Amino acid sequence: MKNYDIVVIGGGPAGLAAAVSAKKSGIDSILILERDKELGGILNQCIHNGFGLHTFKEELTGPEYAQKFIDQARELEIEYRLNTMVMDISHEKVVTAMNREEGLFEIQAKAVILAMGCRERARGALNIPGYRPAGIFSAGTAQRLVNMEGLMPGREVVILGSGDIGLIMARRMILEGAKVKVVAELMPYSGGLKRNIVQCLDDYGIPLKLSHTVVDIKGKERLEGVILAEVDSNGKPITGTEEFYSCDTLLLSVGLIPENELSNGMGVEMNPVTSGPKVNESLETNIEGVFACGNVLHVHDLVDFVSEEAASAGENAAEYIKGNRTSSGGRDIRLNPVEGVRYTVPVTVNTARMDEELTVRFRVGGVYKNCYVSAYFDNERVIHRKRQIVAPGEMEEIRLRKDQLLKYPDLEMITVKIEEA
Amino acid sequence: MYDVIIIGAGVSGAAAARELSRYQARACVLEKEEDVCCGTSKANSAIVHAGYDAEPGSLMAEMNVRGNEMMEQMAEDLDFPFQRIGSLVICLGEEDMPGLQKLYDKGVANGVKGLRILEREEVLKMEPNVTDEVYAALYAPTAGIVCPFSLNIALAENACENGVEFRFNTAVRNIIKTDGGFELQTSRGVFRTRCVVNAAGVYADEFHNMVSEKKIHITPRRGDYFLLDKSAGSHVSRTIFSLPTKYGKGVLVTPTVHGNLLVGPTAIDIEDKEGTNTTREGLDQVISKAGQNVKNLPMRQVITSFAGLRAHEDGSEFLIGEAEDAEGFIDCAGIESPGLTSCPAIGERIAEIVKEKLNLKEKDDFIATRKGILDPDTLTKEERAELIRREPAYGNIICRCEMITEGEILDAIRRPLGAKSLDGVKRRTRAGMGRCQSGFCSPRTMEILARELGVSMSEITKTGGKSRLVAGTNKDTL
Repeated sequence: MKNYDIVVIGGGPAGLAAAVSAKKSGIDSILILERDKELGGILNQCIHNGFGLHTFKEELTGPEYAQKFIDQARELEIEYRLNTMVMDISHEKVVTAMNREEGLFEIQAKAVILAMGCRERARGALNIPGYRPAGIFSAGTAQRLVNMEGLMPGREVVILGSGDIGLIMARRMILEGAKVKVVAELMPYSGGLKRNIVQCLDDYGIPLKLSHTVVDIKGKERLEGVILAEVDSNGKPITGTEEFYSCDTLLLSVGLIPENELSNGMGVEMNPVTSGPKVNESLETNIEGVFACGNVLHVHDLVDFVSEEAASAGENAAEYIKGNRTSSGGRDIRLNPVEGVRYTVPVTVNTARMDEELTVRFRVGGVYKNCYVSAYFDNERVIHRKRQIVAPGEMEEIRLRKDQLLKYPDLEMITVKIEEA
Repeated sequence: MYDVIIIGAGVSGAAAARELSRYQARACVLEKEEDVCCGTSKANSAIVHAGYDAEPGSLMAEMNVRGNEMMEQMAEDLDFPFQRIGSLVICLGEEDMPGLQKLYDKGVANGVKGLRILEREEVLKMEPNVTDEVYAALYAPTAGIVCPFSLNIALAENACENGVEFRFNTAVRNIIKTDGGFELQTSRGVFRTRCVVNAAGVYADEFHNMVSEKKIHITPRRGDYFLLDKSAGSHVSRTIFSLPTKYGKGVLVTPTVHGNLLVGPTAIDIEDKEGTNTTREGLDQVISKAGQNVKNLPMRQVITSFAGLRAHEDGSEFLIGEAEDAEGFIDCAGIESPGLTSCPAIGERIAEIVKEKLNLKEKDDFIATRKGILDPDTLTKEERAELIRREPAYGNIICRCEMITEGEILDAIRRPLGAKSLDGVKRRTRAGMGRCQSGFCSPRTMEILARELGVSMSEITKTGGKSRLVAGTNKDTL
């Protein structure tokens, strides 16, 4: 069995940033395991621009953004294996992986960084009735076909769901010569970034129908059309609002699910809201020395934040290996998301282990205008930040300062909530 | 001139073909779809019934009990997954006990072994997720579950290996009686044969009625189902049936041989023999009935829903035998539930009839066994490592949900009657059958299919015919 200090599961943006940061923090024995034929993960198929505005202050395409991290990983001589599937990780951090050249092999890791990313929700999870013809794709699968294989999924497109990949694919399909008839969104608001709605739908005159869903799928062999209907406030289709759209392609952009089969298998405790691991301020799971970052932890909208989060996970894993992480004198403070705040990452903060400043990320459950993002230290409101608009499609954050927390020696819980103005 | 032509490559047709391949005869299976197992056989409850449902003395009862008895040996010979997990029919109140007793009596009369009526406590001990309302249950230890795809494919492959021809994409349009046989006009030319086996599922009435004045009528009876993720697969460990009551027949909840949970079906009579679409009403019905017998069903874990059509004959009975007024035309019609269970017995019965009719002699080189696609999960770590050394494709995971390797997919494509489409690969290997429902693996599987079949990616179909997965290449219409 081989031994490494840190094994990183996944060579996408999260895995790369985590590995780079761990290496820079002084750990040499690092291995990235990537199941695809190249590093970079899903960014490789995201050939549109808009990446890196926060990190590099320039607009990069997905592959360009990935390349910056791949180059760093190469310069730092970080070891990686491609076309390698991790089959299992034991509670004791034995990683079982497989590829064509080495067959089935085991690695003993001292620390593991989970960076497996997420997958798309499929039609089945939505219980859309109708036939099951060819021509129904998740938006990401269609993106791969168009951008990596050069294949057109179809000519006349309806998109269900206004997640970012769906919006990006609306524009992409138009640019490749397809007609995009409509984007239907079940919720009364879009799940995607505002800038994507403007740049991908509005600029191309593609209608976005909010509070609409697909209620029937026509076509026995290849898709021939879908029926859209308006939904009521409970998401139930309203009889009489049905409208037929002829199309040969239906793209689904209806949510992303962190891919935590391996985490579950090793006994990592999950947050049912994010479907990702529960982590502390070090992005460490309930298993000591097992860290998580990127979309496997919670689904992000911007890769810049993935990189930032992953760098922190990598640094913390390095500190763990070096034995520098001490909890002595610190205490675990629980983060409590309520009233409009669906979850927080992390779920606990330890004042001894935290950096001078800690970013707490969260999502809201609905659209709130002219509101405040507030944090209560036990019963005292300490953070009260005015926001013009917050929406589920855009991740929010608050920053906790260590010196501030130390002023509250008996602090047990920080409650994060949205308050109406 | 063929000795026998079988119309339909579902489980009945494939079982008949396999049993007939024991004899010296020129046999051919005509199938309108591009693959075996494309109709009723691919979308059903995947249950091996014990045999207490059918009326004593009926052919259905006889075939069911015999089929159930044969299934174990057949699964061993032909290498497909079958598990005798037992079943429970749940009775919710004392007032329904006569109904439960009647099922028990029918089962005993049909020769079902090991039937017992269990009291509430024993049921809950066996199945803690059965509803707390349970009053009693009929326990049938001989009931089981099977992979219907593997069963169908195994029968067909074995028949093929023993010399039966298979013609796909060949739809029979008309059947004409001729001297000493029949002429079958198809979408791919004319076929002549001495005997016809009519195993055409929901279409069997149409073919029967082409040659016989004693008309039969088959109604497609649709059943809607939900398939749940493997994380829900151990919610129950036996098949849980409802006791049919005045409120109708309930839905069943069962584990599958691959560890998923299956919930369904509805029973909705329709006209369209290709009407395999689920409907809102159908799916809602399953959801509302699913909780009657099993509590806390994790319906959020649904990974797909589908519908299948049962071939319901007006008399609710299997019609197996020579048509009275059409010598040499052997019906295998009205094969609805428990048709899957019965298929080994149905194949045996059809073969007997044809053998008598044509005075067939047994082959001395019949191959009775067949090996399925290797499942690397059944190997030890050492064996698996050795396999990858020998065949590196087994080290390359294509479907990450079901952990299916390129090696398995290559085997599925290259073997006799191999897969030609995405669904063909899926039914043979399970690639694309997991929780992401082929989102991740479909482009990769398409690539392998294109390479192996020597066609371009844009020619790859989901399931033959016009079901092409992509419309062309980028910008080709700009």
